[in-house]
Amino acid sequence: MEAVPARARGYVTGVALLAALSLSRLPATPTPWAATLLLAALYATCEHVVHRRFGGPFYPVLLAGAFLLPPAAAALVPVPAALLSPVEHRPALPRRVWRAAQPALAVWAAARVHGALGGRDAVVRSDFPHALLPAGAAVLAFCLVLTALDGGLRAAAGPVPLRRAWRGLLARSLAAVAVHGLAGLMMAVLWRSPYGPVSALLVLLPMCVSWWVFAQYHRERAAHQATIRALVQAVDIKDGYTRGHSERVGQASVLIARELGMDDDRVEVLRFAGILHDVGKLGVPTRLLRKDGPLTPQERRIIELHPEYGHEMVRGISFLGEARAAILHHHERLDGTGYPYGLAGAQIPECARIVAVADAFDAMTSTRSYSRARPVEAAVAELERCAGAHFDPRMVTALVRALARSGWHPAVTADEPAYGTPPAQRASRTGVPR
Amino acid sequence: MTVLRLVHGAAALVSAASLAVTLWTGLADRGDALAFGVLIAVGELTRWSDTRARQAAPLGAAGSLSYALLGADAGRPSQHDAAQVVTVVLVAALIGAVPHIWAGRTATADHLARRVLTVGFAAVCFQPLYNRGVFDSWSGPAYALLLLTLLALTSLCGAVLAAALAHCRTGWPFGPLLREELRGLLGIGSAVVATGAVIALAVAVVGLWALPVFCLPMLLVQLSVRRYAAVRATYRQTIASLARATEIAGCTPAGHARRVAALSLAVGRDLGLTGPELTVLEYAALMHDIGQLSLVDPVPAGATAALPAAEQRRIALLGGAVVRQTGVDAAVAVVVERQADPYPEQPLAARIVRAVNAYEEKTREAGPEGPLRALEELRLGTAGDYAPEVVESLARVLAQPQGARERVPVRRTGLSDPEPGWVTHG
Repeated sequence: MEAVPARARGYVTGVALLAALSLSRLPATPTPWAATLLLAALYATCEHVVHRRFGGPFYPVLLAGAFLLPPAAAALVPVPAALLSPVEHRPALPRRVWRAAQPALAVWAAARVHGALGGRDAVVRSDFPHALLPAGAAVLAFCLVLTALDGGLRAAAGPVPLRRAWRGLLARSLAAVAVHGLAGLMMAVLWRSPYGPVSALLVLLPMCVSWWVFAQYHRERAAHQATIRALVQAVDIKDGYTRGHSERVGQASVLIARELGMDDDRVEVLRFAGILHDVGKLGVPTRLLRKDGPLTPQERRIIELHPEYGHEMVRGISFLGEARAAILHHHERLDGTGYPYGLAGAQIPECARIVAVADAFDAMTSTRSYSRARPVEAAVAELERCAGAHFDPRMVTALVRALARSGWHPAVTADEPAYGTPPAQRASRTGVPR
Repeated sequence: MTVLRLVHGAAALVSAASLAVTLWTGLADRGDALAFGVLIAVGELTRWSDTRARQAAPLGAAGSLSYALLGADAGRPSQHDAAQVVTVVLVAALIGAVPHIWAGRTATADHLARRVLTVGFAAVCFQPLYNRGVFDSWSGPAYALLLLTLLALTSLCGAVLAAALAHCRTGWPFGPLLREELRGLLGIGSAVVATGAVIALAVAVVGLWALPVFCLPMLLVQLSVRRYAAVRATYRQTIASLARATEIAGCTPAGHARRVAALSLAVGRDLGLTGPELTVLEYAALMHDIGQLSLVDPVPAGATAALPAAEQRRIALLGGAVVRQTGVDAAVAVVVERQADPYPEQPLAARIVRAVNAYEEKTREAGPEGPLRALEELRLGTAGDYAPEVVESLARVLAQPQGARERVPVRRTGLSDPEPGWVTHG
């Protein structure tokens, strides 16, 4: 987003004016300046350390401000952090203003709600559980204002249609903000206790550690996915005849699984089953895989070992679950003439039957060294012809239904040469996508 | 082993004495005792037995430390003494450990001993002085800092204890283990200390309501750590599978990568590597032969150590390229790339992988006196190829009884190990 549209500029200006309005009561209210400045400095530090390093907003300090200070003073807390923080994208000014104004308004609203419900007295008297209700209401108000402003910006700045701009925003953020709210409440109570702000600072430490671990989790997960992609690319390179076959089979398997109404976890496992179904080809000599012309029976037997090789490789990866069975059995046929075990009918695992259909479908609709790509209709007709003898008719029907509804638009990300890319390019792909 | 017995004996003694004293005097502040007992039991129940995680039950640890340092409940000074603290923590931890013992997970005894001793230390430091009114005149913030200092001291003692126990159990050198424990203190250990102090202070201010409210962030930490551990384990499995691609492709004999990894880890540990360095070493050792996948003609039996140096280096570079592609830490790719360089130019991990790989290849089919001859050949080759200190360390590791070395499989490489009857295809 290089240039900011005029609509968005106007929107940001409006929000900033509202925030300024909320701050304008500041001279009239009795403000505990020491606490306000301390919280503002704390928030700026937290934003600097946590936000830059781990991503994600850091609300406990803001909410503690809302629980401790009068609304106008609480709205001041997020401002220095926004004005001091570095801005990655130009233009800097509207972004800074937005980052200051949005949380300022949200904190102001939270502090108003909290104060109106008598929460500040409850915090001073550390009156539990009565302090929980105003705090909960304040958290809700905070979250509502944040998401409303966010959705507004999305509607004003982007191509997102107005009624979809807010969808899912509240549900996504409420749980996280609620936990932050509890931490903020804890901070506020300890701040007002005889133990003072020192003990309130301690509350932030577990939050920061949790953040740090979470960031590490994301980094590790991204690395793991890159590794799986590399496995698949290695197969695609070796088996030079078609690029992106594995990933497309994964997508077709997902289509079928969704159509059959499987739950999300199983759909995800099936995606991996489709992606990794040919991983055993790593163990087959490249010369055979790339051979033009007919194979001798012996060569065919060697190639037909690849499901077992694949199963052998992924056997130790426990998260793949039933995908491992799919990799072993994706060349079985319903009438029992397939390999490796010649299973028939219901003996073949369900996921293997799905991957078999997806595999055959993509093999027919993509260009191979020995045949041209066929149109989707021809492939579907061929699948239906073989349903019952070769494929499970249920899976074929599901695929046909899914194709009729959404069409076939495979998007392949791993469609680039694996070992030929220069190191710089490769290195850039290893980090966490931000 | 004597240290192990000492620690267990001390823990048993402390527990027995505390139980006796508590039975004699009865429980003071039953509400507090029950609430903290429930918290600790829940924390222990949600413990997971990942031996690589330093702090497997952060909630239980924070709960028991805060009970040890609890001075007041909603402004009313608490009455319990150190013996009661140990008793409550012991009983709660035992209740929480029942499912773990039932499932046959190991290391429960060590875990309990550590818990009892660290909590006992904190309670003995704090409760007698507090109950005698020594801290009555202290100001609020000073009191908070006192709790923090006590907790930090306790965690230090806990780290030493944990390192000593791990040293006894595994026979790995004490120094690196202690360093690893101390590094763990900086991360999740600091969260445990902070939460322990916060809970103790918060209960003093608002009463037992603080427990559910103030445990949530800790629960969050616990969840994050758990997910992190899970994805790490999965990642290790994927790497091990990738490493086995060469075995299945017939480039290397079955189990070679796994054996080189296990032996490299033992040598690395002997040479004092810790934490992330060991992970890099393990991954690099697992994938050290992966460059052979890019070869048109496989090397006979995958024995790269016998090839001319230029060819070895070429395969190493190919392997480095594949590893970079996999998105593993770039340090792993560097180790794989440089495994064939002369040792003065190599990083330590590459030296280890090179020497261990050569040893593994030389002993593979060499009969009973193979190991000795292989070591001898490595020693003679130290002029340029193999680093002398690594070869000596390898000799030390090999001289240990097989059991001590193979106790390693707490690391999860074992999951993808081939079964004994596994036959490689060619």
